[in-house]
Amino acid sequence: MNIHPLIVEITQIAVLLVAAPLFTGWVKMVKCWFQGRTSPSLFQPYRDIRKLLAKDVTLAENASWIFRFTPYLVFGVSIMAGGIIPILSMDLPLSATADVIALVALFAIARFFTALAGMDIGTAFGGMGSSREMTIASLAEPAMLMAVFAVSLVSRSTSLSQMALVVSQGHAMLRPSLVFALLAFILIALAETGRVPVDNPATHLELTMIHEAMILEYSGRHLALIEWASMMKLFLFTTLGIASFFPWGIARNDDLVAVLAAIPVLLFKLGIVGVGLVLIETGLAKMRIFRITEFLGSAFLFATLGMLSFFMLE
Amino acid sequence: MDTHIASQINSLLAALILLTAFGLVVQRRMNALLHLFAWQGFLLAVSTAIVGYVGGAHDLYISSILTLSMKVVLLPYILHKLIVKLKIHKEVETVVNIPTTMLMGIILVIFSYHLTAPIRELSTLVTRSTLAVALATVMLGFLMMITRKHAVTQIIGFLAMENGLLFAATSATYGMPLVVELGVALDLLIAAFIFGMFFFHISTTFDSLDVDQMARLKEED
Repeated sequence: MNIHPLIVEITQIAVLLVAAPLFTGWVKMVKCWFQGRTSPSLFQPYRDIRKLLAKDVTLAENASWIFRFTPYLVFGVSIMAGGIIPILSMDLPLSATADVIALVALFAIARFFTALAGMDIGTAFGGMGSSREMTIASLAEPAMLMAVFAVSLVSRSTSLSQMALVVSQGHAMLRPSLVFALLAFILIALAETGRVPVDNPATHLELTMIHEAMILEYSGRHLALIEWASMMKLFLFTTLGIASFFPWGIARNDDLVAVLAAIPVLLFKLGIVGVGLVLIETGLAKMRIFRITEFLGSAFLFATLGMLSFFMLE
Repeated sequence: MDTHIASQINSLLAALILLTAFGLVVQRRMNALLHLFAWQGFLLAVSTAIVGYVGGAHDLYISSILTLSMKVVLLPYILHKLIVKLKIHKEVETVVNIPTTMLMGIILVIFSYHLTAPIRELSTLVTRSTLAVALATVMLGFLMMITRKHAVTQIIGFLAMENGLLFAATSATYGMPLVVELGVALDLLIAAFIFGMFFFHISTTFDSLDVDQMARLKEED
């Protein structure tokens, strides 16, 4: 039985909104297990968001419209990205409107406004966080585009749905270009979502924080939206990786059974990715900030090698 | 195992060999370098065995075993002993600007791809596409010898170059004659011993294995 593509689209966005805090909760939980601590409940992120939504917003006197506008923009951009990436189904009406290059640009808009908002209040930490974030962005974005191009060379398209479709059909398991692109993507995703070797999501230690430094002045519902959006960003990068490299199980058309079956498969994959992420985070120490050039430089290297090996070896 | 799958596996191995070559170029720590070198040898041995199986060239098995015993076990062991004995096993080498070296490496890979493109057109072997990777490995070993200052790392670069040559031979022509390979293996072994002696002399004379120190050898004018 086929269902209307719009319903699939809406379901997918609902899944994004609901599952993103769940995924973050899962990562925190596994991390606690690995470090021998008692973990908070899986649903703790929901509670945090609810608490923040109920609180009043405290605005600095000199906050401009950018500061107030940014949380909504970042949240909206994350939802839009959720409409493009094939999370449950590859047959999405919105996926024709934006390809993967537009997706990278969407993330860039969100980051640009977060950096502006960080500088808007004029505190020292905001500016420091913004400058670091933009340093990382300037290194991560070219690498991200290169990694994406390596996958789109294999599928001969930059449309995410098409990429997922080709990889899921393909005899693509042993393609060196995809292996390289995956390696590059993992490094970039760690940097973009602010995970351990680059940034520590749990820290409020003044000198090391990057993302936290930018959003330090936010409170109340603004902070709730930004926190939720950054959970969604982690979720989106994970599903983007799943869609580009392990798309098996994502529905190919809008068949009701296939879409419903895609949900447990997605949860299973997310569970595995969560454990992998925790292994990376507990196994590595946070890098010095000047080492990030090398970290993202090697991501760029992997991505370029992926593109080259498509021409050389395939 | 049909030819198609074999050539895919071989491509993947080639990609991994290229990856280890890049790893050698950018790695700072001595022990990690030795591990990477051993892995490269191992991948090379597996690749040689697969090519031997698919191409029906059974003397490649011997070459594969030779690679395995020499480059995975013996040479890393000798170098490791040397590093421990010269007390440089904890040393972290200062390499000049790793991202730049990476970019140079990428340019070298593109260069070798263009250089081998005509050969790809002519050849009919299943392994022809890996020739570019083999040449790139040679080039990267060369790059390593140029950008490193430490004598031991330069030797590892030299050995990585030799790996690339062996890989080129298997991928372009299904391997060199066995006599040649035996000769090369013996040469490498002897070279390793001679290098070892040189290292001792360099380090006793200069108290360091940094080859920049050898500029002191020239006469004052």
